[in-house]
Amino acid sequence: MNLIVLGCGRVGSALARMMFADGHNVTVIDISSEAFRRLGSKFKGQRVVGNGMDEDVLTRAGIDTCDVFVAVTPGDNRNIMAAQLAHEVHGVKKVVTRINDPIRADTYRRMGIVTICGTTILSGLVRDFVASDIWSIEKDYNKDYLEMNA
Amino acid sequence: MYIVIVGGGNVGFYLAKTLCQTSHEVLLMEKDRSTHRLIAEQLGEVVMQGDGCEVRLLEDAGVERADVVVAATGDDEDNLVICQMAKMKFNVPRTIARVNNPRNEALFHRLGIDATVSSTKIIYNLIEQEIETNEVIPLAALKRGNIEIVDIEIGSGSPVLNKVVNSVGLPAGALIMAVIRDDAAMLPTADTKYELGDSVIAVVTADLEHDLRDIFSEPVG
Repeated sequence: MNLIVLGCGRVGSALARMMFADGHNVTVIDISSEAFRRLGSKFKGQRVVGNGMDEDVLTRAGIDTCDVFVAVTPGDNRNIMAAQLAHEVHGVKKVVTRINDPIRADTYRRMGIVTICGTTILSGLVRDFVASDIWSIEKDYNKDYLEMNA
Repeated sequence: MYIVIVGGGNVGFYLAKTLCQTSHEVLLMEKDRSTHRLIAEQLGEVVMQGDGCEVRLLEDAGVERADVVVAATGDDEDNLVICQMAKMKFNVPRTIARVNNPRNEALFHRLGIDATVSSTKIIYNLIEQEIETNEVIPLAALKRGNIEIVDIEIGSGSPVLNKVVNSVGLPAGALIMAVIRDDAAMLPTADTKYELGDSVIAVVTADLEHDLRDIFSEPVG
């Protein structure tokens, strides 16, 4: 699959590396080329420097042949705008957006954008753990990541 | 009317200040504390400190009874979200966004923003009007109906130079509104002649703008 990851922070770079290791065609966009150092030497996907809300940058990243677009910059509004560009203008089928503000996440989810709100996922997990002593996530994603690095 | 402006930069500040002199009720929201303090000293109680993307604060601002929300920050993504939240959460009837990158205007309209203003685009259009060309210059585009008002300069190589209005065939979707000659506008009749330096103001459907250019402008190359 052709995947574009917008934002090469910890989440974006980890996702890009995992998807690349799984055999997908991955392009990473970040406003700063410094951020691409997080991708390590094994990552052979495309790197595009630029603003993910700029049409030219998205075109350069191959938005028109993209199957999945993931927006994980630190800015909720940047993610929201880029996601809508990808979905509404370029017709990308699967768009996933990180929105840290739960209310904004809910509003855009109602509009049909797939949103992940780290704030409520993390706080909810911890709350459940405190109450029941059980981790609600059975899968160890951290192990996946470490194994990929090994 | 109750008007909420988000973003207390130069655009938001002077807009609020101007509106305060009218009979409208105005509220200006500014995220940054020190900027807020500065503008509050001048505008007083109409300024509120807070992030206009936060629903809780929009609620405090009474956005649900606002007639207009203006997003005037320097960041297009923030302006988009402010307007969308105002529409979706509070059913604000009219949202206006300042657009910094002119290419975002079309996207904003598509995403439900009622009106956009791009100072970049406005200045660009003014410059285009100043430069003498044989081009068809868009003056205004009406949001609904897909119609534009354009200005056509009659240059020395124009195919219609010294012809009368009646003899120049126009497509059905175009209409000549006025001919401006030496700073005077006239409503053309069938036998008005196109002279050198005339400015022809026409309404045209967007898809026919190109045809109009072919009729009035010097062939390129």
